[in-house]
Amino acid sequence: MSGEVVLQAVDLKRYYEVDRGTFKKPATLKALDGASFTLKKGKTLAIVGESGCGKSTMARLVTMIETPTSGQLIIGDEDVSHASRSTRSRLHKKVQIVFQDPYGSLNPRQKIGHSLEEPLLVNTSMKKAERREAALKMIRLVGLRPEHYDRYPHMFSGGQRQRIAVARALMLNPEIIVLDEPVSALDVSIQAQILNLIADLQQRFDLAYMFISHDLSVVKHIADEVMVMYLGKPVETGSRENIFARPHHPYTRALLSATPVADPFRNKERIVLRGELPSPIAPPSGCTFHPRCPSMTEKCTQASPELREIEGCMVACYHPKTY
Amino acid sequence: MPLLEIENLTVSFQTAGGQFTAVDSVSLHIKPGEIVSIVGESGSGKSVAMLALMGLLPWTATVTADKLSFNNQDLKTIAKPDLRKIIGSKMAMIFQEPMTSLNPCFTVGFQIMESLKIHLGLNRAQRKKRAIELLELVGIPEPEKRLSAFPHQLSGGMNQRVMIALAISCNPQLLIADEPTTALDVTIQAQILDLLLKLQKEKGMSLILITHDMGVVAETAERVAVQYAGQQVEKQKVKGLFSNPHHPYTQALLNSLPERSKSKILPSIAGVVPGQFDKPKGCLFSPRCEYATDKCRTVPPVPAGDEQGRALCHYPIENGKPTNYPEEVNS
Repeated sequence: MSGEVVLQAVDLKRYYEVDRGTFKKPATLKALDGASFTLKKGKTLAIVGESGCGKSTMARLVTMIETPTSGQLIIGDEDVSHASRSTRSRLHKKVQIVFQDPYGSLNPRQKIGHSLEEPLLVNTSMKKAERREAALKMIRLVGLRPEHYDRYPHMFSGGQRQRIAVARALMLNPEIIVLDEPVSALDVSIQAQILNLIADLQQRFDLAYMFISHDLSVVKHIADEVMVMYLGKPVETGSRENIFARPHHPYTRALLSATPVADPFRNKERIVLRGELPSPIAPPSGCTFHPRCPSMTEKCTQASPELREIEGCMVACYHPKTY
Repeated sequence: MPLLEIENLTVSFQTAGGQFTAVDSVSLHIKPGEIVSIVGESGSGKSVAMLALMGLLPWTATVTADKLSFNNQDLKTIAKPDLRKIIGSKMAMIFQEPMTSLNPCFTVGFQIMESLKIHLGLNRAQRKKRAIELLELVGIPEPEKRLSAFPHQLSGGMNQRVMIALAISCNPQLLIADEPTTALDVTIQAQILDLLLKLQKEKGMSLILITHDMGVVAETAERVAVQYAGQQVEKQKVKGLFSNPHHPYTQALLNSLPERSKSKILPSIAGVVPGQFDKPKGCLFSPRCEYATDKCRTVPPVPAGDEQGRALCHYPIENGKPTNYPEEVNS
């Protein structure tokens, strides 16, 4: 059933201890500081933000590569944070990931066929012939040819490699796929091919996607729900239509206006943010966005705003723009 | 009077598999104070063409051109010492990855002052004063303190600002920016683009912007040259390019942008850019072109007239439809 909740995250947090030298106390880096979201069958949740906003940490938590410092992660109806080892390994099969760099994510000494069969070898008791058949089927499904089975990654272009990475993620029939910047390393014409493939596979297998990207034009095309993050915290969540037509949070608005649009006839109204992302080790007091925010007041420097509902979106801001 | 004139620039590399032509008869004229963008995918030869102009290619490269002149000086016959006086001072370049194009062993102050010393011959106190001025100009806070910072102590955006300061240190007449914002975040990208445009206007420089991002092109450039597999396939004013592209590649590229598409499935361009060993005989775009005919597959096209953006196509597109298109294929 499309729309059924397959993953629920409640107030996920992930802190890292950072060593600062022999005589200093280690600092706490709040890579992800309280994010709640749900992934639904056949739907795409896009996570948007700049580097250091906790997008990739989120991907690592959802794929169970790392455990959250606090918060709950529920896949299906099982809580991952307290699960036994066997439950976890079973759940691992349900969540797969496609990485950004198709050049770095495939083993250069492994033939494509072997790369694709490896998840089956580890997780299932399929026979060799069955594995080969499954791999060949998947190769065809992602738009490659059967003779590619015996080739090495260096013989493929970036777009083809990304197809292979998608195929590998699909080998175990997962329910959830985390796409960590899957098209940002690709050329425009190839990007369109991969986006089409991703959309097609979602429809075919009713997959839930978590689509991590910094490119808003791609997000606008593919997402159902959008979550905008800044320095480890979600600042605005809402449906794609709401976020793109009526952005409330000043950061969302700045991000949208900073994204170049391929239309020379458009009237430019750019909100250029001052300064850069602050260090996550020593984040600003109150609302972490206040040093760069155009509508900052004194209140913003003192207390951190909670997410609240404004015109259909969840917004963490004291002075959101209303329409 | 154009500042920069390039006629039929061809660059080929000697490789293990034979001669490989990376740039194929590219022509470009830049007037003073103009912003021209070169767009293309990876492997389209857009960076190589500019590196050839700057004389930064390795010895394996063979550069030929009918004309290569900057400010009325012929760059083909110019003596090496004279060329070095132009490169880096009158004609400067900003590279894609600020983190790797600055020398990690020296402070940014040293690197800026080095070019001031060599090109302008300023003394120590003047150099320092000018370096602080430059860092201030590109919007780096506390410029005096930053002079003694190493590149690894600065963020990507700050490093790119240092690169820009370096490039404009000798008041160049032409600034070549090779994907200046690709490695940066969106909000930082907006800052850097605004900075480049501001400096370009203030100093009256010409700016060549090499990019693959159609959004950046639409928002900054005045004229655009589209490159595909080493060839220039179209040259147009920016508005014309987006509203009435003349080459099928440009048309397909624009259609495949997610923001311009109406449906969930994007009209993508099938196939990949041809490489060294699978170059088609006729038009280089013919294997991926939706309008390709037998003529396209066998006869290399010649550029169309100026009114059709010098499109390198047998059937240049006018208002979305190919012109002079053979009847029998149409039906």
